Amino acid sequence: MRILRRVLLMVFIIWIAASINFLMPRLSDRNPVEEVIAASMGESGGTMEGFEEAVADFERRFGMDQPVWKQYLNSIYDALTFDLGMSISYFPDRVSTLVLQAAPWTLGIMLTTTLLAFVIGTPLGALTVWDRAPRWINVIVPIVMILAAIPFYLIGLILIYVFASRLNWLPTGKGYSSGMIPEWSWDFAGNVMTHALLPGLSILLASVGIWALSMRGMMVTVQGEDYMVFAKAKGLSGKRRFWRYGVRNAVAPQITALVLTLANVVTGAVLVERVFAYPGLGNLLYQAILVNDYYLIFGCVYMLVLTVGISLMFLDLVYPLIDPRIRADANG
Amino acid sequence: MAETYNQDNQKIVQDWGTSARRWRTLAAYLRRNPSLIVGTVLLFILAMIAIGGQFFIDYSDAQPLSNRPSRPPSEQYPLGTDKFGRNLLAILVYGTYLTGKVGLIAGALGVIIGAILGFLAGFYRGWVDTVISLVTDVLLTIPPLLVLVVIATNISGKLDTNQMAIIISLLAWRQPTRQIRAQVLIMREAGYVKTARLGGTSRMGIVFKELMPNLIPYLMASFVLTVATAMLASVGLEALGLGPQNEPTLGMTIYWVMLEGAFSTGLWWWWATPLIALIILFVGLYLVSVGLDELANPRTRRRGI
Repeated sequence: MRILRRVLLMVFIIWIAASINFLMPRLSDRNPVEEVIAASMGESGGTMEGFEEAVADFERRFGMDQPVWKQYLNSIYDALTFDLGMSISYFPDRVSTLVLQAAPWTLGIMLTTTLLAFVIGTPLGALTVWDRAPRWINVIVPIVMILAAIPFYLIGLILIYVFASRLNWLPTGKGYSSGMIPEWSWDFAGNVMTHALLPGLSILLASVGIWALSMRGMMVTVQGEDYMVFAKAKGLSGKRRFWRYGVRNAVAPQITALVLTLANVVTGAVLVERVFAYPGLGNLLYQAILVNDYYLIFGCVYMLVLTVGISLMFLDLVYPLIDPRIRADANG
Repeated sequence: MAETYNQDNQKIVQDWGTSARRWRTLAAYLRRNPSLIVGTVLLFILAMIAIGGQFFIDYSDAQPLSNRPSRPPSEQYPLGTDKFGRNLLAILVYGTYLTGKVGLIAGALGVIIGAILGFLAGFYRGWVDTVISLVTDVLLTIPPLLVLVVIATNISGKLDTNQMAIIISLLAWRQPTRQIRAQVLIMREAGYVKTARLGGTSRMGIVFKELMPNLIPYLMASFVLTVATAMLASVGLEALGLGPQNEPTLGMTIYWVMLEGAFSTGLWWWWATPLIALIILFVGLYLVSVGLDELANPRTRRRGI
């Protein structure tokens, strides 16, 4: 049932995205086709090769030869088949090609940092309300939580200044050094890693606190439960009570928190990529905004929205593995 | 003057006594809730700079070509000037003001819409609740900035800060709707509401006498969070270059800093000013919201901050 509901929500999201994509340009008083034709005529001083194809593609989308309902259905079909049209600024590349090229960069850095933040933040948050926690916890965690209030990209700016600009330890941006050729080698992998370090660190620093904060709230509730008292009365060790009784029971709602936070983390990552000129979707989106490449803008937005939606579906699949209570519900 | 012992005077003395005690209780409470104090102080300082500063610094100083460009901090320009000749002190004053304005307008609209929707969903249940909850749940999974990007790119011409606030409020109601709905669901089953219902209080009476007054702390906490989210969205949009082009917002300054590579050119004062202002702003809002959260849910006693 949960999964069915999530699939339905996913369909709903795609439908909304496709509808917005259909409606917005029509409501807007801007005409991308005319703007592009004017701009490229100005650049090339005449006709451009293969331009007819692009115009035809735009005409097909905006074409008034078809009734509105058919145009609408077409746009939904296009969204479902991931046919996102031509890019204006990277002509003649298609938007889907560009977006799929950029997606792995974003996914890689997002997955790693979100997982790390979760794994670090959850126990930290739980420890703040645990009476046997070491003293440094109550110094570190408040700082981490305050960092979570600051937008990712502002932390990124500070990190660039300190580690790249002043100390010169790490590169200021880009996915890999400009002289490098992307290939499967240790050299290249190391180069990618050093470039990902600062953007990753700015996302990590700012999101550990999110998990610590929500885990603290959950842990407070769990600590009042009878089974915690019982575990203590049984004489179980503090470590066992903390992990097996406390964290185990408090961590499940963290998954729900992840569902709510993911959208915000993606938003933050978009701007971090811009700060570091990281070759992912966020930077592609920014480049598209600069030249007002509408189809590419929508393509990036659509891909990011889909990413969040698919991750949520995946979370719903693993959720019962983490929380036995859900498993019992599903069977009973 | 000797006859100060009449009833009127006694009354005044008594009133003063109770309010003094009230202040003492408040002070004692605030000592236990330091994040509320620190947060309020931070926001107050920023508000003073943003509003008070306008009496000393001219708006035209925040415009390009108004001063000598790329000057380091000096007596004449306490915070320096940027590459385009904007006085950064003026940007600090007017940028903070504009960011605050956008956040407050969008936050207020978001909380009002959210409170109404959340209240309807939680109070009437049934299909109203189903529809509102479904739409809110779906929209919550969509990264807000991205939708705003799509909307903003489709609006031609010059956007001003008021229009931007309204665009942002289009999505700012999601979180408050959810929070208020959850709270109303809890409250409608609470003992005092049931008692009132048994006592024959009308439906409207329950809404305005029982539910509304108890919702106020939650509305306040929700408002601060919504303002913070709205400011986050507005600064994000501006940093992507989609904000108002002619108003010296903090986000737009960040946009120019990134575009012009202020790091490599060594104009550290250019990015330090908006950065510090934004950090104080977001940390202040965070601390106030933590403080209000503790005020609203005293059960989840917070430690540390």
